[in-house]
Amino acid sequence: MANRKRIGMIVNYLLLSVAALLFIAPVLFMVAGSFKPEARVLSEMDSWRALLPGDVGLQNYRDVFARIPFGRYLWNSAVINGLIVGLGLIVNALAGYALARLHWRGRQTMLALVLALLIIPFEAIAVPLFYQLSAWGWRNDYLVQVFPFVANPLAIYLFYSFFLGLPRELEEAARVDGAGILRTFFAIVVPNAKPVFATVAIVSFLLYWGMYLWPLLMTVDDGVRPLPLAIATFYTLPPVRWGDILAFGVMMVAPVLVIFIAFQPWFVRGVATTGLKG
Amino acid sequence: MSRVSFTHITKRYGDGTQAIRDLSLSIEDGELMVLLGPSGCGKSTLLRMLAGLEAPSSGEIRIDDVVVNGLTPRQRNIAMVFQNYALYPHMSVAENLAFPLKMQGMAHDAIRSRVLAVAERLSLSALLDKQPKALSGGQRQRVAMGRALVREPQVFLMDEPLSNLDAELRLQIRQDIARLQRDTAITTLYVTHDQVEAMTLGRRIVVLKQGELQQLGSAHELYALPANTFVAGFIGSPGMNIFAASLQRDEHGYAMVIDGRLVALRGAPYAEESLAPLVGQTLHAGVRPEALRLGAGGEGNVHGFQVTLSGVERLGHEVIVHFPAINRSGESQVEHSARLAYQDGLQIGDDVSLSLAVKDLYLFDPSGSALPRAG
Repeated sequence: MANRKRIGMIVNYLLLSVAALLFIAPVLFMVAGSFKPEARVLSEMDSWRALLPGDVGLQNYRDVFARIPFGRYLWNSAVINGLIVGLGLIVNALAGYALARLHWRGRQTMLALVLALLIIPFEAIAVPLFYQLSAWGWRNDYLVQVFPFVANPLAIYLFYSFFLGLPRELEEAARVDGAGILRTFFAIVVPNAKPVFATVAIVSFLLYWGMYLWPLLMTVDDGVRPLPLAIATFYTLPPVRWGDILAFGVMMVAPVLVIFIAFQPWFVRGVATTGLKG
Repeated sequence: MSRVSFTHITKRYGDGTQAIRDLSLSIEDGELMVLLGPSGCGKSTLLRMLAGLEAPSSGEIRIDDVVVNGLTPRQRNIAMVFQNYALYPHMSVAENLAFPLKMQGMAHDAIRSRVLAVAERLSLSALLDKQPKALSGGQRQRVAMGRALVREPQVFLMDEPLSNLDAELRLQIRQDIARLQRDTAITTLYVTHDQVEAMTLGRRIVVLKQGELQQLGSAHELYALPANTFVAGFIGSPGMNIFAASLQRDEHGYAMVIDGRLVALRGAPYAEESLAPLVGQTLHAGVRPEALRLGAGGEGNVHGFQVTLSGVERLGHEVIVHFPAINRSGESQVEHSARLAYQDGLQIGDDVSLSLAVKDLYLFDPSGSALPRAG
């Protein structure tokens, strides 16, 4: 009996390991390949050795910095994402709070509209948005890459459902103690809503770090373009070198991983507390 | 120095439910008034309207002759203790106590000395640096009281502040609250569903049911002269036994049919004028469980009746027995009870005879309002 249970467990773990390997293989390939000379990247591409390092060296990384202004792109991405995430937290949290707690005419309708927006893909509105903002003369700068993404229905919804779950008495106590609505929000609600802030920060960072279509439409200048456009140029910039592309990929993914790991405890708690309510 | 008055207050919610119906009430300066009622009776709603957390649908709320309907909570200078205390979880005890003063824009040093003084008064000095989650229930309760006291409010509101405490602590803090209120003489409105709490704390008690004021009076008045069948059944532990009885008159005087037998009302504390118009109607009659006696005899006009016990609660110094209601009237109790001197012998299923003295009877008209009691 015990043996059968054990075998079952081993089989279980084997299957899970295979699945895990399948998912992690592309990442391993990217990391391993980024340290290899170009010739080995190509020759090992169709064997399992593609996943293992060999002849470790930083030449590919040096190439990336030599061939394009990587630092500039990284800076652009950091500024654009920092602004989207930072402004987004303020705007969406306030919107979520207004929907969850304030009494105003049309609140239910507004909530329904926000939820409806969740299902409209960005690609569907990209072209009209392009015409509209072009007509305003907005193009080729940070503003045009930040502005359309600050308000986000998913973020509003996450905030909304988290705020609904907070004990109302805390806010009422603050009101009675003499705080106005904004003061109550910033002094009482925000400090008790860290998990949802972390969740929204990570989700929107992940969402926009890889943004490609919109900057491609709206920018022409390396001075304001983000990383995803830069990696795209590597595929067309002769000579096409796979090692360089992989090294670029590693450098582009690393900040995401760092942020995710740093915020992960909050993130998990946030998903647990926001996801189930409402 | 503050006097609070509610004038013709009504509160309707969007879905049509009426939480408060045309309620008028005034609380004297320095008084501790208790709002008592079962859950859903509107007592918390009334408190929240005074705090400014909800607006009345109609009517006027005044504090010292100032109509406060349109004022924000901040402008009312009212402090409130919540049922779950609502301590700010991310702030230390000291920060919690300081918060209302900070909101008033008080200077840092002044805040500090006020916080220290309140902490001293409520024995919180050793806890000032602790977070709320590190405190026991009783300590949290004291912090909540301190946060309300620290700003020296015009009016003090308490929404079931003891209901999350265990029995022993409840007793102790109840006395603390009574003392604190006497010492500070801050006008206080205290909400509870616990009649013992209400009776021990309030000089005047308001009984509410479904948003309507049932009776306003001292603990003794509510007990001895209930205004209607609701108050009679609600006050007391257990509440008054109430049953249907039709009023009759023959050559010997007034009598009622109880338990299938005619009981003369000779000796009942009711005047001829109040009984005469009701002859032939079915009234509500009531008797306190503690007025019932075991056995059939007794002096004066005593009516004996047989019951089968359906429950026996031994309390050490006395025993409460339950039995199927006699002469059940439409909406009233399914079971009646009697509080008897302690004895071991009583068991569920026993047939016993109980007696009630007619002088202990309470009479209510068919709508449930008490008839005026003479003497």
